[in-house]
Amino acid sequence: MDRNNRGKVGKDNVELDNNKNGDVCWWLLHKGLASFFLCISMFGLLVRWTVSLHSYSGAGNPPKFGDYEAQRHWMEITVNLPAQDWYINSTKNDLSYWGLDYPPLTAYQSYIHGLFLRFFDPESVTLFTSRGYESYTGKLLMRFTVLSSDLLIFFPSVLYFIHAYYDVHSRGRKADVAWHILLILINPCLVLIDHGHFQYNCISLGLALAAVAAILSQRDLLACVLFCLSLNHKQMSTYFAPAFFSHLLGKCLRRKHPLLEISKLGLVVLGTFAMVWWPYLHSRDAALQVLSRLAPFERGIYEDYVANFWCTSSVLIKWKRLFPTQSLRLFSMVATILACLPSMIQQILAPSSKGFLYGLLNSSLSFYLFSFQVHEKSILLPLLPATLLAMEWPRPFKLLTHYALFSMFPLVCRDNLILPYIALYALCIFLYHPPGGRWDGAKRHHSTPLTLVSVLLTLAYLGSLVLHIVYLTVRPPERYPFLFEALIMLLSFSHFVLFAFHTNTKQWMLSGHLIGSDKGKKQH
Amino acid sequence: MASRQSMLQNHPEICRHLLWFFGVAACVKLLLIPSYHSTDFEVHRHWLALTRSLPLSQWYSDETSPWTLDYPPFFAYFEYFLSFFARLVDPQIVDVHQGLNYEADTVVYFQRISVIVSDLCLVYGIYRLTRKLEAKKRVAMWILVIWSPALVIVDHMHFQYNGFLLGLLMLSISYLQDGRDVMGGFLFAVLLCFKHLFAVAGPVYFVYLLRHYCRGGLLKGLGRLAAMGTVVVAVFAAAFGPFFYHGQIQQVISRMFPFGRGLCHAYWAPNFWVFYIILDKGLAFLLKKFGIDIPTPAASFTGGLVGDSSPFAVLPQVTPLSTLIMVLLALSPCLVKIWKNPHPGSVARWISYAYTCGFLFGWHVHEKASLHFVIPLAIVAVQSLEDAQHYFLLSIATCYSLFPLLYEAQEYPIKVVLLLLHSMLMWFGFSAKFSKKGSSSSSSRSGEEGEFVIGWGGKCYIIGIVIVETWGQLLHPYFLGDKLPFAPLLLISIYCGVEVVYSWVWQLKRIMAD
Repeated sequence: MDRNNRGKVGKDNVELDNNKNGDVCWWLLHKGLASFFLCISMFGLLVRWTVSLHSYSGAGNPPKFGDYEAQRHWMEITVNLPAQDWYINSTKNDLSYWGLDYPPLTAYQSYIHGLFLRFFDPESVTLFTSRGYESYTGKLLMRFTVLSSDLLIFFPSVLYFIHAYYDVHSRGRKADVAWHILLILINPCLVLIDHGHFQYNCISLGLALAAVAAILSQRDLLACVLFCLSLNHKQMSTYFAPAFFSHLLGKCLRRKHPLLEISKLGLVVLGTFAMVWWPYLHSRDAALQVLSRLAPFERGIYEDYVANFWCTSSVLIKWKRLFPTQSLRLFSMVATILACLPSMIQQILAPSSKGFLYGLLNSSLSFYLFSFQVHEKSILLPLLPATLLAMEWPRPFKLLTHYALFSMFPLVCRDNLILPYIALYALCIFLYHPPGGRWDGAKRHHSTPLTLVSVLLTLAYLGSLVLHIVYLTVRPPERYPFLFEALIMLLSFSHFVLFAFHTNTKQWMLSGHLIGSDKGKKQH
Repeated sequence: MASRQSMLQNHPEICRHLLWFFGVAACVKLLLIPSYHSTDFEVHRHWLALTRSLPLSQWYSDETSPWTLDYPPFFAYFEYFLSFFARLVDPQIVDVHQGLNYEADTVVYFQRISVIVSDLCLVYGIYRLTRKLEAKKRVAMWILVIWSPALVIVDHMHFQYNGFLLGLLMLSISYLQDGRDVMGGFLFAVLLCFKHLFAVAGPVYFVYLLRHYCRGGLLKGLGRLAAMGTVVVAVFAAAFGPFFYHGQIQQVISRMFPFGRGLCHAYWAPNFWVFYIILDKGLAFLLKKFGIDIPTPAASFTGGLVGDSSPFAVLPQVTPLSTLIMVLLALSPCLVKIWKNPHPGSVARWISYAYTCGFLFGWHVHEKASLHFVIPLAIVAVQSLEDAQHYFLLSIATCYSLFPLLYEAQEYPIKVVLLLLHSMLMWFGFSAKFSKKGSSSSSSRSGEEGEFVIGWGGKCYIIGIVIVETWGQLLHPYFLGDKLPFAPLLLISIYCGVEVVYSWVWQLKRIMAD
């Protein structure tokens, strides 16, 4: 009833808009949310599948290959061995060759996909002999597993989120809703990593997104279940944990029986974990063995060239040489906690849905910048809450997407995915500047004043564009073979830090006027 | 009010919006670069090499590769122009011998990107056609043409340069609509020298220009006829002159019209001849059942090539001449109509009708030729509700008939999603354009426009497509295995043929009613 009314209001707004600036997307918005969601998700599917035509990580590159082979190997292991042996080194399961190092939900997902592969192409998952298996059908089936996971988990989550978000912020215009769906679904980094490089981030991010949506629609228990599932698919989802924790804690503290509420949530969390970990709970050793596989502390504090604090500062301070891994682990933990503390405190003091979204962004950014063993792909995690907030701050969001893509450029080059990178980058530029829309660049640019910051940002932006070309064409000097990687890292890192400051202040500025409105909502 | 405002919209803004549509499509096309391409890819690669490495006098006589040059000279010049850049990218592309079946990334990227860039010609044509339309019609047409899935499938996956050629056709139509007949005729002549398959619309152009341009008294009319004639002859002279000079003209003509090919292409285009063949087979079957002995034809259709003997068991043989007469017969009511009332508003409709006739009754028609009438029909489709409803089904059917072009598993999701997306966009676009609310604000003929709905016939037809596709993909292999491998394709041809025949009748009725 309420929603119907709102729909009508939205429609009128859109028509007014048409008359004002000739929005070219009127046709898309003529029907309801379901229809344009369907349309946009079709486009999303098209983009995803066309990206998947391209190369994947480690294609034709023995002996270790890449993430594609890792995922295929996990399917091979899970299909052929009982669940108890998945994480244990044995004659049948050589953990040094792409051993399973993600939580059990990933293993179950590999098992299901493995069954699918075995049905259509048994050769691709036979034990031992299928190592390094690459074929036309094999690639097709593997790509299809990612696409179907995306379609089954990420897409519905986006719909759920949109539903929840625009219920809370009921002032959404139809055109805004459509562009927002587009921005979340066609996230170039996610598409590139999942459907190009080959990973299943869509599952863990989709579950996390669904959890966010559940929180926005006040279903805290469901949110807990979904977030635990997300955590159990990829431990990287811990990046979001502080936000969830602080927001739920803050909320519980404001209820009548805080302890009861907290224990309810705790039980749900424990229950979900128990269910997922069931095959490994029969003994302490089994559970610890899995756990030890998940925490790769034996690896260094960073890998390759990732645009975070440790890697960037290592240009000046050789962390790896100066300190043992033990103390580095401590440093990184303290730094991470310190970095996400302000946003946590804000949420505990004044939990609000918008604050929660900012909290997600801030905590995931601080994890990306300061935590142990960060990979360049981890930028996907901060990028998710950023897309959720995209309508709030379009310009910084566009820059963030740009630098997120940019920070992955060396990886993309290694995977031979330059063409989809360029195409997706261009597609994003087009999609972020729909003609006649709210974000139409040509109309906005006049109003932005020429400040020092904007000049610097523009210069950096141009620099990064040039660096793309330089990276591809110029050979680095002999003495500094990784000069360009370091430059890319430096540029991206400096922007990420700026964003972290920016979003933290934004979150804190929220609390001023939101405490009041939140109280009003609670009485409702 | 709204429409007047949109009329006043400045042209740079329209241009910017149009380029946005093109840009989005171009990104998807870029992503499609590694997708499957047919032998047409090697055909065009060979033509690049041919025109670059050989003197003009040998272009049409070279036989290094089976893919000999069989397009008119302007297309050869176009390839010659492209080969400049091709040589800069990778010299091996333009090597006649070393380049044979060259499949490196450089050649794939170069050729694919050349198609994407040449699409700008279509964009310009569409810009000229739509710049004076009201905003809603304009955008609806952009969706239909710039985002046409059929063009993506044929040009950017299968590999051809139809977007560029159709751009020339659209430009020509836009000039005719503006009343600039000489320019329209000139561009059509140029188009003919790029690809002679477009000649089917020749009679329409001839009658229209004769009646519309060459009027105003006998003397003035004759003068104008002479002027138009000079323009056309000049174009043809520019195209064929050099070959005439080298004494190659016989060779050029024989390459351009290879009548040795059969009535139907390897995969049967959904046209009249499919029904003719089916009828023949059915009759032969029935006669045999009744005990009448008929000689079994020596040649088969499925082989693609037809020899001297008649492949028909019962029905009379079909020759190129008889197909030509059929096409002209089908065209004649339209020509009479043009003769009586040559007004520029209906040019697009007549030209599309001519290509429909050519597609339906022509000799050795490719399924890709359906683009020739589907794309210009988009101009008509945005004009009225009935046209939109007609176009909706026709566009879906012809796009579906292109599915067999991409037979590999990898491209299957792409073609399905493209068709679904196109249907949805058309559906949204048309229902937004022709909604009751919309008609109250639109300036003209608001009274007669209703809401955009698909009748139950159309719905059944669409469901039928789903059934035909499920049969071909799942049930046929499941029940029949490898037997009758041609049956699913035949089914698609027949099923889409029904819609094309219906569309032909509908268009004819519509033209006669105008």
